[in-house]
Amino acid sequence: MNDPILKIENITMQFGGVTAIKELSFEVKRGQIYGLIGPNGAGKTTIFNIITGNLTPTKGFVFFENEDITGTKPNKVVYKGIARTFQNIRLFKSMSVLENILIGFDAQANYSYFEAILRLPRFFQKEKEIRQKADELLKIFGIEEFANTNATALSYGNQRKVEIARALATNPKLLLLDEPAAGMNPNETAELSEIIHKIKKDFDLTILLIEHDMKFVNAMCDKLTVLDYGAKIFEGKPADAIVNEKVISAYLGDFNHA
Amino acid sequence: MNLDIFLQQLVNGASLGSMYALIAIGYTMVYGVLRLINFAHGDIMMVGAFLTFFATSAGIPFEVAVLIGIVGSAIIGILTDKIAYKPLRDAPKISLLITAIGISFFLENLFTVLFGSTPKAFKAPEYLTKIFHLGNIYLPISVIIIPTVTLLILAIVLWILYKTKYGMAIRALAFDIQTVKLMGIDADRIIMIVFMIGSALAAIGGVFYAVSYPSIDPLMGIIVGLKAFAAAVLGGIGSVGGAVVGGFILGFTEIFVVAMFPELGGYKDAFAFFFLILVLLFKPTGIMGQDLERGRF
Amino acid sequence: MKKIVRNIVLIVATLLFILYAQKHFDSYTLSILNNIAIFAILALSYNLINGVTGQFSLEPNGFVAIGAYFTAILLLPADTKVDMFALVDPAPIILQMKAQFLPAIIIGGIAASLVALLLSFPVFRVRGDYLAIVTLGFGFIIRIFAINNPAYTNGAMGLNDIPSNANFIWIGSIALLTFIVMLHIIYSKFGRAMKSVRDDEDAATAMGINTFKIKTYAFMTSAFFEGLGGGLLASMLTTITPDQFSFLLTFQLLIIIVLGGLGSMSGALIATILVMGGMEWLRFLDDNIILFGKDFGAHPGIRMVVFSILLIIMMLFARKGILGDKELFDYFKKKSK
Repeated sequence: MNDPILKIENITMQFGGVTAIKELSFEVKRGQIYGLIGPNGAGKTTIFNIITGNLTPTKGFVFFENEDITGTKPNKVVYKGIARTFQNIRLFKSMSVLENILIGFDAQANYSYFEAILRLPRFFQKEKEIRQKADELLKIFGIEEFANTNATALSYGNQRKVEIARALATNPKLLLLDEPAAGMNPNETAELSEIIHKIKKDFDLTILLIEHDMKFVNAMCDKLTVLDYGAKIFEGKPADAIVNEKVISAYLGDFNHA
Repeated sequence: MNLDIFLQQLVNGASLGSMYALIAIGYTMVYGVLRLINFAHGDIMMVGAFLTFFATSAGIPFEVAVLIGIVGSAIIGILTDKIAYKPLRDAPKISLLITAIGISFFLENLFTVLFGSTPKAFKAPEYLTKIFHLGNIYLPISVIIIPTVTLLILAIVLWILYKTKYGMAIRALAFDIQTVKLMGIDADRIIMIVFMIGSALAAIGGVFYAVSYPSIDPLMGIIVGLKAFAAAVLGGIGSVGGAVVGGFILGFTEIFVVAMFPELGGYKDAFAFFFLILVLLFKPTGIMGQDLERGRF
Repeated sequence: MKKIVRNIVLIVATLLFILYAQKHFDSYTLSILNNIAIFAILALSYNLINGVTGQFSLEPNGFVAIGAYFTAILLLPADTKVDMFALVDPAPIILQMKAQFLPAIIIGGIAASLVALLLSFPVFRVRGDYLAIVTLGFGFIIRIFAINNPAYTNGAMGLNDIPSNANFIWIGSIALLTFIVMLHIIYSKFGRAMKSVRDDEDAATAMGINTFKIKTYAFMTSAFFEGLGGGLLASMLTTITPDQFSFLLTFQLLIIIVLGGLGSMSGALIATILVMGGMEWLRFLDDNIILFGKDFGAHPGIRMVVFSILLIIMMLFARKGILGDKELFDYFKKKSK
């Protein structure tokens, strides 16, 4: 029970001549909010893509609940219990907020193609179930009024909420949030912080998040890893990270050549 | 098969392969920079042949007529991009593909209206159609000229791509269009050049086709275009060298399979399709195997 | 509750109209209605893979041909086949194939959807881009196969004297059924998944959707109904030849679904009527053109030039078509609870 829920073991990722990730290892314990931070281009989203199976690492392994899931296809990774959001919010543009969230419930709506076409009882039953669950999620995030609005019509902060709700609908154990606070004003960021804490508690989640905003990271994360040019330069508590020399110079360097 | 017939089919295959190669290059270059299958490209080949035909019928000397065909096709290719594709650069992919089909259909029907649907006899000058013989084989001289000229053209295209500023820009565009734009390069101008080169080559392919099978009709571009695209995929979409390799493989296959198994003659147009399916099943990146997410020419 | 009542009323009204029309309309009007209804079936199914799932395919003429040939062969009695096959003798299995009307057209549909399944593997595994080229080529291959296998298809001569069981009652009801099936798919998790694949395939995968499976479902469903439509076509026309199933058919369907709005089934219905009407109305363009007292002669092809320009203009300026990607019903729905 004390095993880490996620274990990144010696991951190296090379693209042609470029080494994006260099022998990275870290562990996330169940129930933690773990941060992955570092200057732009440090490889954070690349790690996410490796965990979710969008990329297969050149070397190394990803263990989830002690199972080797390295290179597992992205849609199968979701079944294992890992869900993610994207840096540049990727909601389904033609669909409403409700429909976006219902996509997350796709696996739970287990009726067959024929049952849908013939409108057999199981179709109605399962649709009702997932609608109810979707409504609950809408309430938790405070966006019930937008249920039937097209997803792109919402404010940026609300779109981010929809994206997280959609990921939550897949019933994950581990939630990967890629820069969830990006583009938000302080109010929205505070609200987001509250929501993340709440869903972690209510849904018994472990959260791995990528962020830039150090205040947000400080408030949220139990532990973090700092990356620079694909290598780990620090692992530990946020308070210690801020005063660490290597971390400071990495970020300062970022300001210089940004 | 004895040596004579083998040699004869070899040159026939080279000649046919050349035509496919010339047209395939245009497909592969446009796909490389725009990730678009330009359905209208095969019809550009038809346009080139018809413009040349029209010019010779009007009494213009053949060489000038060919030039008119090439320049005319290049212009139509550029116009196609400017009018139909450029406005849709940021639109969903499917919109571009639909528009390309629209252009293709438009050209086919326009030329049907202008020239009628019955095939026209294409009169090539004597120095291209003269039949010479080598031992027991009788060959039209075009069968030697076409591959030779094609290889020359290929050398020129590769020179442009690898030794000139524009060529480098084209290759960069295939690699990462966003970054190229950010570096201040006028992507639209480069794309225009790509269409110009591709269309000119297709027109030359069309003239070669017209010389070899001396009848042309407005629908001739469809099947040849389809096959040329299959050749481009076979060789590795995005790679000019691959387009040529694929073109020649297809040309040789068509000629030799039918020569060895005449009963398969009716199916020769289907070979390209089977190559396509095979490539997609076993090696989607084609023979020269470039992964287009890291695209290169 | 209100929705169910509304739907039942609409269905019953349509069925009554179909019965009435079959009984009272003259044969000319009926033939127009039959044409529209068959094209509606084809357009609705084409819309599923192209408009709803966003996979650009050019398959209809190929699958329609498969359905037409299977149905024709199943409907034709053995003696007729023996007499009709002029080039070579019909293959034994061709003589054995026999079925009643409804099973015959269903088998036509199933045959088409099985071919679709085969095509799915090379195409959907790799790049969706290639679907268009593969299906375009497929349409040509079907024609090549039909012409080169006279023992099975009577080659270029085609099949005639096909028993004509298809009347407006059959065709109209099947069109209605197709529309209902399509709506049932769209308003279900499968329709949502198809739209998600269209909108953002990577995000759909990231949410657990097996996009290969969804695309294949859509493709096979489209193929089934296109094959069904082909069977109806064969029975209605009583004569089929390989050249009938040319790219022109696919192009017309493409215009229809673009005009109606890619992804909108009710849009496709409306557009079918408009485009079929338009094709008839513009027929005069292909006849002798007399302008300012001068006879410019007949130039067949002008009509299609006009339609291609129309398509291009639509893509440039009115890409969303008449109903966008929503159904007619959605426009009457209240905004939110």
